[in-house]
Amino acid sequence: MVTNADLIALEGKPGNFTAKLNIRPRYIDADACTACGLCTQYCPKHHSDQYNEGLSVTRPIHIDYAQAVPATYYIDPSSCMFLQHDTCQICVPVCQSHAINFNQKPEARDLKVGAVILSPGFGKIAPETLEKFGYGTHPDIVTAYEYERMTTASGPFLGEIKCFSDGRHPKSMAFIQCVGSRDLGCDNGYCSSVCCMYAIKEALVTKEHDPEVDITIYYMDIRTQGKDFDAARERAENIGIKFVRAKVADVTPWDNHLKLTYSTLDGQHKFDSHDMVILSVGLESPKDARNIADITNIELNKYDFCKTETFTPLKTSQNGIVVAGAFQGPKDIPESATQASGAAAIAATILNKQRGKGTDTKEYPDELSVTDEDEVRIGVFVCHCGINISSVVDCPEVATDAGKMENVTYYTENLYSCSQDAQEQIKQTIKDKKLNRVVIAACSPRTHEPLFQETLKDAGLNRNLFEMVNIRDQCSWVHANEPEAATDKSKDLVRMAVSKAAHIQPLPEQTVPVTPKALVLGGGVAGMTAALSLADQGFESVLVEKSSSIGGNLQNLKNTLAGETVGGFLKTLTAKVKKSSKIDVVTDAALARTSGFIGNFNSVIESGKGRKKQEQSFDHGVIIVATGGHEHRPDLYQLGKSKKVVTQQELEAKLAGRAKSRAPNSIVMIQCAGSRGEDLNYCSKVCCNHAMKNILKIKEINPDSQIIVLYRDIRTYGFAEDAYLEARKKGVIFIPYEVDRKPVVTSKGTNVQVDFFDSIMQEDVSISPDLVTLSVGIVPDGTEELSKMLKLPVNANGFFLEAHVKLRPVEAAVDGVYICGLGHAPKPVEETIVQAQAAAAKAAMPLVKGFVTVDPIVSSVVQDDCIGCGICVSMCPYGAIIMEKVGKKRKAKTVSASCKACGICASRCPTFAISMGGFTNEQLISQIEAFGNKTADEKVEA
Amino acid sequence: MGKAIKQREGAVMILGAGIAGIQAALDMTELGYYVYLVEKSPAVGGVMAQLDKTFPTNDCSL
Repeated sequence: MVTNADLIALEGKPGNFTAKLNIRPRYIDADACTACGLCTQYCPKHHSDQYNEGLSVTRPIHIDYAQAVPATYYIDPSSCMFLQHDTCQICVPVCQSHAINFNQKPEARDLKVGAVILSPGFGKIAPETLEKFGYGTHPDIVTAYEYERMTTASGPFLGEIKCFSDGRHPKSMAFIQCVGSRDLGCDNGYCSSVCCMYAIKEALVTKEHDPEVDITIYYMDIRTQGKDFDAARERAENIGIKFVRAKVADVTPWDNHLKLTYSTLDGQHKFDSHDMVILSVGLESPKDARNIADITNIELNKYDFCKTETFTPLKTSQNGIVVAGAFQGPKDIPESATQASGAAAIAATILNKQRGKGTDTKEYPDELSVTDEDEVRIGVFVCHCGINISSVVDCPEVATDAGKMENVTYYTENLYSCSQDAQEQIKQTIKDKKLNRVVIAACSPRTHEPLFQETLKDAGLNRNLFEMVNIRDQCSWVHANEPEAATDKSKDLVRMAVSKAAHIQPLPEQTVPVTPKALVLGGGVAGMTAALSLADQGFESVLVEKSSSIGGNLQNLKNTLAGETVGGFLKTLTAKVKKSSKIDVVTDAALARTSGFIGNFNSVIESGKGRKKQEQSFDHGVIIVATGGHEHRPDLYQLGKSKKVVTQQELEAKLAGRAKSRAPNSIVMIQCAGSRGEDLNYCSKVCCNHAMKNILKIKEINPDSQIIVLYRDIRTYGFAEDAYLEARKKGVIFIPYEVDRKPVVTSKGTNVQVDFFDSIMQEDVSISPDLVTLSVGIVPDGTEELSKMLKLPVNANGFFLEAHVKLRPVEAAVDGVYICGLGHAPKPVEETIVQAQAAAAKAAMPLVKGFVTVDPIVSSVVQDDCIGCGICVSMCPYGAIIMEKVGKKRKAKTVSASCKACGICASRCPTFAISMGGFTNEQLISQIEAFGNKTADEKVEA
Repeated sequence: MGKAIKQREGAVMILGAGIAGIQAALDMTELGYYVYLVEKSPAVGGVMAQLDKTFPTNDCSL
């Protein structure tokens, strides 16, 4: 990790780049800094806090936020008195660990790398654009970033929402959408894709703070096209957040309010007053985009984002350099995280031959054996966490109290138990005092248990000989106003941990080998891309396709919105898949059954038809689900009844043909036909783009064609907005309709008639076009059966659920199963390819490792005590307990690799035959008993 | 010439340590490669570190 660094040059070629960096000085020695914060307290100069968007003041010497990584302070040279005026230096003697060093100079460093991933993020919209909405003229006009910091509980106002002008709580707020996006005035023709969603999120959070506050969102189109995003919009509407389709012209001060002037679709000009106005600012290309492009020689698009192609969405114009995140185009967090994994897959294929050669493996000393016969020697360490704990809890008293307990050989306090020097000290103490159990009373095990367990391993102890007590969250934080009670509670908790510690045993680390092969379900673009990526990384896969040929939905498409032809790409892709020696393609096939767990699956594939039907069984380590979806066919708007009503996909096929009448003179398109609340309760994300693509094609063939598009929201997010603009420039008429006033299509003989309410002219219209085209949405294929077979959860709309929307967007809840493509959610081909690459990266991880580690805290069955009732098997949510025959009886057995250590089986077992590693009954009972023994002294006497 | 450090095979440079850069770095290490994560500001995290709650899980971003 190299922070405070700029890339100044990049030389060489893929596989062998030299990157030249300039590392700017922090003026603080990172190894010595303990992040105590004393320097900031003493520094006399004020400095605008950029982390809080300038809403608060910090000092030139500071850290952005408490959890910052690296946890080292730095000096901002722009406002430091010494670096600017050669005076002060008060921080130098203040620092107890002598970490401040004004002699640091910029350092040049060369890195030898085989590949480069560019992920510089995005920039901010220029102030001139914000000024159009009065930003800077009145303190209560704020950007969404500033507002985000304001609502944050840990922010400068501790989450209190108030007007900057006079500190009153706003009663009426307005969000203005598309500030700096879809705005040719600032040369940002694109849609920033995320602002609608974050405005809704901020509005919902505001309602949580104050349900009475009145919120209006002024928008052009609400673009909540992401998975399950429309549901959030509905929730917002249901709790009274108002959505007004309007273009805001002006924001001006009006008494102590703000006056918004806006025009609505029907041409009316209106005014409204609000206490606070929030500008939903868009994402700009990164400030240094051109600089990066110059250094790396990559091409940018016309908006200065990285230029990529639809079928190679993460490749830059330079080999060996890949891109991920908002630099590739404005996008949200899940999309960025997915691209990151996809970029990792591509970089991994570039570097495939060098895998594992540059990494360091950490060596640990041999583990000391600790058995029942050994004397129990417990060491207790009580952490002050700076003043985070010690300002409330009497740490010395907690430590001394623990010291009186039986088996406690050693006790002490640390200022920061997690600091480098304290870690060394703990290791040394373990050795010197021959400790064989360690109790640390500090912060949360969720964040710090792995660190301390690492310390134990370094000192030669099994990592399970460790107990952690959270006296920060559970004592000093929640009982901040009752120091005595907090101290008492800390003593109770430490006493309980110490008694439990006396009973804990080392648990063996278990590993299970992995079969280095994948099963890929679905031979569409997602499945093929994933299988090829795995092949390029050196892994075999079996690609199962239900139809007679691979290719999937791309076979129905002709060209992309950006103009690339689909056929050529598909031909190359299928040829590569068929040629690859590492991919075994099975067509006319389906998964019959699967058993096993991550690393060790066994599946049976059924293939062929009729007499040729056959089954084949094979072992594999991972499963990639790329089963896809298809165009929905709603029984609406005369689809299937009139020849003049077609879907967008049918229209695309028609347009690619040679028929003279393929682009008729008058066409009506109806968006969201059957979507967003009718047959399908969601937005299918691709239909608006699909419509634009067909519209532009029609206009190319027949420029005189009159096209009317009836829509709810046009969702041409990202750079697709350009196509929407072009369609309007070419004279296409776009008219929004309301859900309660949908267009009506009737057929009379061979003619069709469309009746709709024109919301712009405010009148009913009836026309008989040559063609009606419906944008019909996407439904997933066969997710239900597969969800039962693989125990994969699906959402209310039948799409597979990811394990975590942001942190694990392509992983399923079941370990070793990865999801991509239309089975996850509707998405354009570009996003499907990225997701498939991401799934391949994630799936390759266990295959690369060669084994999976099983957390030792799993259940185990004492088979002598088991009566074979099978309750545990039926209760286990992960299928991790099986019944096996032992002699003549049935006995339960845990499949360690599948066990998630939830403990349900242990709590349900009627004969207490199941126990959890690290949480045995004996340990828990001693913990409870210790809670009852109020003072440690009594325990010793007893 | 800058100070050349130990030359490693199978290394990748990731420019920018926001959510995309960090995720890519974690994935690359899991896949068996050495990562140089280069960030222009003093701390990693990018813009996501400034966000309060995120949709739909309302998780804290930090």
